Amino acid sequence: MIKIQGVYKSFDELEVLKGVDLDVKKGEVISVIGGSGSGKSTLLYCINGIEKIQQGNIIVDEIDVHAKGTNRDNLRQRLGMVFQQFNSFPHLTVLENASLAPRIVKKLKKKEAIEIAKEELNNVGLSDKFDEYPTRMSGGQQQRLAIARALAMKPEYMLFDEVTSALDPELVGEVLDTLRMLSDAGMTMICVTHEIAFAREVSDKIAFFHQGIIEELGTPEQVISNPQKETTQKFLSKVLH
Amino acid sequence: MEYVFHWNIVFQKMPQLLHGAFVTLHLSVSAMLIGIVIAVLLAIAKMSKSRIYSLPATIWVEIARNTPALFQIYMAYFGLGALGIHLSPYVAVLSALIFVNAGYLTETFRGGFQSIPETQYNASKSLGMSSIQVYRYIILPQMFRRIYHPMTNQFVWSILMSSLGILVGMNELSGETQRLQSLSFRTLEFFIVAAIMYFIITKFVLLSASLVSKKLFKGDI
Ligand SMILES: Nc1ncnc2c1ncn2[C@@H]1O[C@H](COP(=O)(O)OP(=O)(O)O)[C@@H](O)[C@H]1O
Ligand SMILES: [Mg+2]
Repeated sequence: MIKIQGVYKSFDELEVLKGVDLDVKKGEVISVIGGSGSGKSTLLYCINGIEKIQQGNIIVDEIDVHAKGTNRDNLRQRLGMVFQQFNSFPHLTVLENASLAPRIVKKLKKKEAIEIAKEELNNVGLSDKFDEYPTRMSGGQQQRLAIARALAMKPEYMLFDEVTSALDPELVGEVLDTLRMLSDAGMTMICVTHEIAFAREVSDKIAFFHQGIIEELGTPEQVISNPQKETTQKFLSKVLH
Repeated sequence: MEYVFHWNIVFQKMPQLLHGAFVTLHLSVSAMLIGIVIAVLLAIAKMSKSRIYSLPATIWVEIARNTPALFQIYMAYFGLGALGIHLSPYVAVLSALIFVNAGYLTETFRGGFQSIPETQYNASKSLGMSSIQVYRYIILPQMFRRIYHPMTNQFVWSILMSSLGILVGMNELSGETQRLQSLSFRTLEFFIVAAIMYFIITKFVLLSASLVSKKLFKGDI
């Protein structure tokens, strides 16, 4: 379980998170929607401890992410993350991309790491690309690689930060299908996304983010079909036309 | 005036010349490899937000790039000698070349590091890698690919600059040539052959570098 309690975060003068509370239970899919610059990416970076916070707590499976003694490198093995930019490692083949972290972080034997990587790559439909270099693949394929690479670490949670935003429209579907498959398999996920229809379909809860706080939180039915706050209504009418 | 070439004496002294060439190669390869390691550390230090790291790195780079290599060799040999630290000619020239290689390569590497998107770092961190692992497996391999050609240029420059060893009586190719020609007075012959040897050494190094790069760098960047 991930518990986010009263989190404040600023970059120098700029206050980005202004008291965020959110619980994510095992097996839940939570989608975070909201305008650009509202702090959605920053929240994900704070959850896996890449960014520091100024106030509040983030607890992942009883581990306080931002406590002094926490080994955040270890903790991140539980928290897979996929980004808007594809972030493939361009100097490594697809198979090396997916097997590197299991090998050097989990210290698995090379053979074992490769087995796991192959399995995850098969699951996202990249079984014919093992020896390909990622820069020769489409954005959709690279994004599926990024998902497989994160899953090869066998994380408990997955954080997705607008993973379809940099894709050509015709490639969005294949990546969303992969996310759907994951959610069907029971993965606990936090998805920052602009794909409202997708969010409505897969999410247990939707969080509407506005100016550094969660303005509205509830089931898709509540937040998307019957938004209570005016800001939510405005945002939705903008993105749904 | 007619100059009559006498090549015999040069061929007789070929073993000494080849030995000099070997010392030159050995010296420049060592200066390059050690210079690369130091430059990686200096580049990381120079990008640091903390002045405790960035200031010494900046000073090193500024001095190395803005003073003649000749002075640096003199400093290492005569300067340190005056302070009671007596380096052999080999160590003095090696130190000076390391100093200047590291200085120039730092700037090259810094540019290389900065050309790699920060998101590569975050993506690696998110997989649980430690900072050292991120550099070792993700950042450095990409950085070296991008700066490989400027780096080989520095290598060639460093081979040619090692000829300044002549000034502190070192037995590298130039020093050896100087010594041999002064014994025989066949100045032109010796220097022509030495020039050809420098040419072969640099071509050899460039060719090796390109073979190594083909072996090492398989992906696209
Ligand atoms: N590393 C950073 N340094 C300074 N400001 C940042 C940094 N990252 C994000 N910001 C700022 O924080 C705000 C929120 O950014 P972000 O979390 O990326 O928003 P979102 O993902 O909702 O679009 C923006 O104003 C952005 O400019
Ligand atoms: Mg964002």
